[in-house]
Amino acid sequence: MNEKMESVLKAISARGPLEADTSVKGASAYRVQTELFGHAARVMKDQGLRLVAEWAADETLFGRGFAVFAAYAIDGSYLVIKAELPVDDPTFQSLTRHYGAAFRFERQIESLMGLTPAGHPDPRPWIKHEDWPRDAWPLRKSFDAAKPMERVSGEYQWVRAEGEGVFEVPVGPVHAGIIEPGHFRFQAVGENIINLETRFGYVHKGIEKRFEALSWPQAVRLAGRVSGDSTVAHATAFCMALEEASGCVIPERASYIRAIMMERERIANHLGDIGAICNDTALAFLHYQFSILREKVLRTNKAVFGHRLMMDSVCPGGVLKDIQVASIDLMLEEARSVSEEFERLIRIYENNPSMEDRLYNTGVLSPEIAKAIGAVGFVARSSGQALDVRKDTGYAPYAKHCPKVPLLSSGDVHARAWVRVEEVRESYRLMKEFIGSLPSGPIAAEWGPPQPGASGFSAVEGWRGEVVYWVSCGPDGNINRCMVRDASSVNWLAIEQAIHGNIVPDFPLCNKSFNQSYSGHDL
Amino acid sequence: MLRILHQIFRTGIVTEPLDTEAEARVTIVGRELEKEVLERFRRSLTIRFVDSGSCNGCELELVAVNNPLYDCERFGIHFTASPRFADMLLVTGPVSRNMEIALKRTYDAMPHPKMVVALGDCAFDGGIFGESYASLGSVGNVVPVDAYIHGCPPSPEEILKGILKAVSGC
Ligand code: SF4
Repeated sequence: MNEKMESVLKAISARGPLEADTSVKGASAYRVQTELFGHAARVMKDQGLRLVAEWAADETLFGRGFAVFAAYAIDGSYLVIKAELPVDDPTFQSLTRHYGAAFRFERQIESLMGLTPAGHPDPRPWIKHEDWPRDAWPLRKSFDAAKPMERVSGEYQWVRAEGEGVFEVPVGPVHAGIIEPGHFRFQAVGENIINLETRFGYVHKGIEKRFEALSWPQAVRLAGRVSGDSTVAHATAFCMALEEASGCVIPERASYIRAIMMERERIANHLGDIGAICNDTALAFLHYQFSILREKVLRTNKAVFGHRLMMDSVCPGGVLKDIQVASIDLMLEEARSVSEEFERLIRIYENNPSMEDRLYNTGVLSPEIAKAIGAVGFVARSSGQALDVRKDTGYAPYAKHCPKVPLLSSGDVHARAWVRVEEVRESYRLMKEFIGSLPSGPIAAEWGPPQPGASGFSAVEGWRGEVVYWVSCGPDGNINRCMVRDASSVNWLAIEQAIHGNIVPDFPLCNKSFNQSYSGHDL
Repeated sequence: MLRILHQIFRTGIVTEPLDTEAEARVTIVGRELEKEVLERFRRSLTIRFVDSGSCNGCELELVAVNNPLYDCERFGIHFTASPRFADMLLVTGPVSRNMEIALKRTYDAMPHPKMVVALGDCAFDGGIFGESYASLGSVGNVVPVDAYIHGCPPSPEEILKGILKAVSGC
């Protein structure tokens, strides 16, 4: 246990009993009395710690009531604080006073589990659209998820801005391009945005509830489809949580192959996004060039792993596909040729004054706000927050192969693009290092379902940032609850902040530079 | 500028002919495509795309169809922002309950004859997400579908072939 952890635990226990919860694996976990849930958050906040996730579980199948959880990051490890709530009064103290990120976590808990965060400033439902029956709480065990849900009438209360010359631009849910659906509402004066309100939930497919109806192997398939562009990250994070819960140790070779796939996922997505940012500055030439490189990476994926996006390659206990000698040559050859072309394109990118004009000082997310909302991943690293799960927790095999983490502080579109340029380079370096030191041996270990009541917590660094899972096993040996926290769940808060003072026509460019997942957020 | 020109010459033309070996798995359903539709399209097909609840995997491959290697525009296929100009509605994902109305509205806004192609295994039968309180499953449960292109996600090659197959009605 690290020093900071000891000191926060001491500070929390000064106000009431703190009980270690040994059923949670993969993180330190403690139960507190409901009244101390908010107090614990204050202690964490005072220590400058980050709120990672907040979620709820229905534990009635265990003869208990509800539970709310808050996970915090402490010097390379995670601390989970749990409070139990009675079924007849499921109220807990809102953490929004201390943490901006709690804002949507708690709206979601209230909307989908029906627990009340006392003191939350915004009672509007989230993800649960206004035409859902009010008492439809799908994450409760008493809710029949198989039944279609009726539509009721209702209207969403938008934030309004009034005054002379203020007008509103509603955009979506269906967008002009080939992207996911979501709604953005701008209040603008002239071209200047004075407020942006996002409203999501359009692609809510009931993923978290669906987990509870699937077998463990099917659940891995589902995790790999939470956000198609992050399929390796999500499948890996889910499997790691499951492996923690069931005490399964994966072979070294499997951890290397997972990491190779994770870096390849990062490279492919960054290549696509850097190109798309160029496209939004009307430099279509670079967009097409980068898309050719992305295509090369996907074709190698197909040849090596049998799938262009590497879906269904990770399994509980390891991986499904081994890497052959011929595949190694393919990947090394790709690394050589793509890197070479990449550097050539980056020189063009760097020396283009019109790019500079559009990218610098556009969509600025200040380091203070990035920290306040708990941003993660490249969004955080572009705004001065040195966060990277690979480095922070050093999960296998990253402890042995520490990544160099790029850090910029300007927080503008340029920074979010440039951090990714650096990450493409670093991911190729890491991939070659992994290939060079690939251990021999099996690619998967035996695993069994966890003990009833056990749960596992995991975090990995996906290409967007930290992906977190917490999965608990029910009395029947199946999934009782699976909590998914994609990087998008926190990073979406950033765009509303970064857009202030920008002009409406720059929104697509800003949005592209964040490129957060709708599906990973809406679940 | 010189660098750009140099890179353009270095790259040359990368567009590839469609692989004659690979076959797209397509299910053409129900109503025969009216002759009128086929005649009207000739070699210009304007598509309005709607994600009605996908995981974003299908979109990635649909975006790839526009890259220089697949270059869908050579077949006269292009994507439009307005349903009013669209010949075809291309839909991905299981239809989420929260997107049902938007999907129907997009369909209603299209001019006749409306052609609907559903892309990906989810659009066919809900895929791993199935049917639930939040997912209505197949696109066919919400709007009339003319053809389903299978795959999770279908590759760009399969998407292109699937679309071409759907408009040729066989
Ligand atoms: S078919 Fe596959 S890739 Fe397409 S939306 Fe469904 S899960 Fe995602």
